[in-house]
Amino acid sequence: MIRFAGIRILQSLIALAILSVVVFALARATGDPLHMILPMNATAEDYANARAYLGLDRPYVEQYLSFVGRVVQGDFGTSLRARRPVLELIQERLPNSLRLAVFAMTVSLAMAFPLGVIAAVNKGRAVDRIAQLISVLGQSLPTFWVAIVLVEFVAGRLQWLPAGGISGFASYVLPGFTLGWFVVAGMMRLLRSGMLEVLDSEYVKLARVKGVVEYRVVWLHALKNALIPVVTFAGIYFSILVTTAIVVETVFAWPGLGRLAYDGITSRDFPVIQAVVLVTGVIVAVVNLCVDCLYAVIDPRIRYAR
Amino acid sequence: MAAESANATLALPGVEPTVGARRARRRWPVISTSIIAAFVLVALLAPLVSPADPYEQTLRLRFRPPVWDERGSWQHPLGTDRLGRDLLARIVWGSRVSLAAGVITVLLASAFGAAVGLVAGYYGGRVDAFLMRVTDATLSFPVILLALILAVTVGPSFTNVVIAIAVILWARYARVIRGQVLTLMELDFIAQARVAGAGAGRIIMRHLVPNTMNTLVVLVTLQVGYVIILEASLSFLGAGIPPPTPAWGSMIAEGRDFVTSAWWVSFFPGLAILLVVLAFNLLGDWLRDTLDPKLRQL
Repeated sequence: MIRFAGIRILQSLIALAILSVVVFALARATGDPLHMILPMNATAEDYANARAYLGLDRPYVEQYLSFVGRVVQGDFGTSLRARRPVLELIQERLPNSLRLAVFAMTVSLAMAFPLGVIAAVNKGRAVDRIAQLISVLGQSLPTFWVAIVLVEFVAGRLQWLPAGGISGFASYVLPGFTLGWFVVAGMMRLLRSGMLEVLDSEYVKLARVKGVVEYRVVWLHALKNALIPVVTFAGIYFSILVTTAIVVETVFAWPGLGRLAYDGITSRDFPVIQAVVLVTGVIVAVVNLCVDCLYAVIDPRIRYAR
Repeated sequence: MAAESANATLALPGVEPTVGARRARRRWPVISTSIIAAFVLVALLAPLVSPADPYEQTLRLRFRPPVWDERGSWQHPLGTDRLGRDLLARIVWGSRVSLAAGVITVLLASAFGAAVGLVAGYYGGRVDAFLMRVTDATLSFPVILLALILAVTVGPSFTNVVIAIAVILWARYARVIRGQVLTLMELDFIAQARVAGAGAGRIIMRHLVPNTMNTLVVLVTLQVGYVIILEASLSFLGAGIPPPTPAWGSMIAEGRDFVTSAWWVSFFPGLAILLVVLAFNLLGDWLRDTLDPKLRQL
């Protein structure tokens, strides 16, 4: 197990290293950063001085290494717009984003579980098709459109819930639902096919023969094993959530990373964008790592399969 | 009630869906294919079927409601937007952007991703390890952020949207195809082909590619819908197709501030996205169940 975890950690680190190279290259590809920093009337000499001062005259490899060195220490530079250290902005926004993502994940699980189980138990019937349609619908609706419709009707006309920002639990409901519904389809499908497989297995038959009540067979005996594939894909769903959150946060004026990135992009605030991309990459990598290790604990066959 | 559901589940493994259910199952693909075909036709024939010029502004006729509203008229069946442009015409022309973005991006991504997956799975060892690490890194890169960065640095355009999405999306294909190739490589017929003197190119093209085709078709169909939503999201954020070109995402964004007084401006483009993406997803689901039931998660 330790060996497995070690290999997976190494793999994640390599993936993150590649990501950092891409971010660094993109930062350089966007043009000379000095054009943004120096005033219009700067002379060639000013440029040379600034370049030497910022270390931009050194070889790319050296620049990259010092960039990585600073990032590892949490130094993402200063936001060009807010004129504050980017790290501070990230620290402010990250918890909001994580809370929203966790809430959305909970919403999607709360929808996928009953839908998947009910669909499997009623395979081929109308209930099955309705359950599948509800999930596919979530995947087929553009999140920003759902967000606009919800803001207009539930928050605007009915005044049931706040339209945006964070003010207590109620403000999580609309963005959480919008975000969560988008990933229900995949989870529900996994759970449905997992349940179908498990319900057909010997131990479920034995439980039934023994006279275990049907709801216990379905919701306890079968569901426990049908959950394993859902755990494997939790990482993928999480990364889809993190990406989609950018759009949802923008519509709901949610003070999270997505909104920070969007504002950063509209104002060409490159240090901010760079930091958001890196932080998102780290979150996705860490979540995937945890999921893989968790999966290896649940199902030992995985450790040897790799 | 409890006894009823118990009976239903006990009979589960061998249970045959009712005749009605089976008939409905056969109808799904027909319905979704018709919807897709209709949108493709509309996109191709946009100049002929469009009821009006999508760029023509008539400020006198701003925010006209759809025809069933008492203030509406057949002149603008779905109403007009903030600049008095005909909504139906803009939705018709917008279908070109959405469908082209979806199809072109997915074709590029699937071709490249499948090639990477085939090479990684066939050669294995270090080649595989290297390619899979690159794939992992790509998968951890948020698509929308890359597209936003490109839009800011190079400027928003159709080409940039396609590139930004394709550059990330190929990784899914690489992962899935590589997994399939690994299983195929264990089978006898590959070993036999090798004994018979077939080279790498021949084994990949003649034996591996045909055997991964089903998976590829399913994945491509499912991804078109996802890409259409991504493109619309980018256009919505202002990083997609720049105005005044009609694109569904940017039309929704334009109507966003007027939802309370003129809901139709944002509503109908969203409905168009829903219809197309739902059709692609249903078709993809059906293809998966039919071609490759083992693919539970794509």
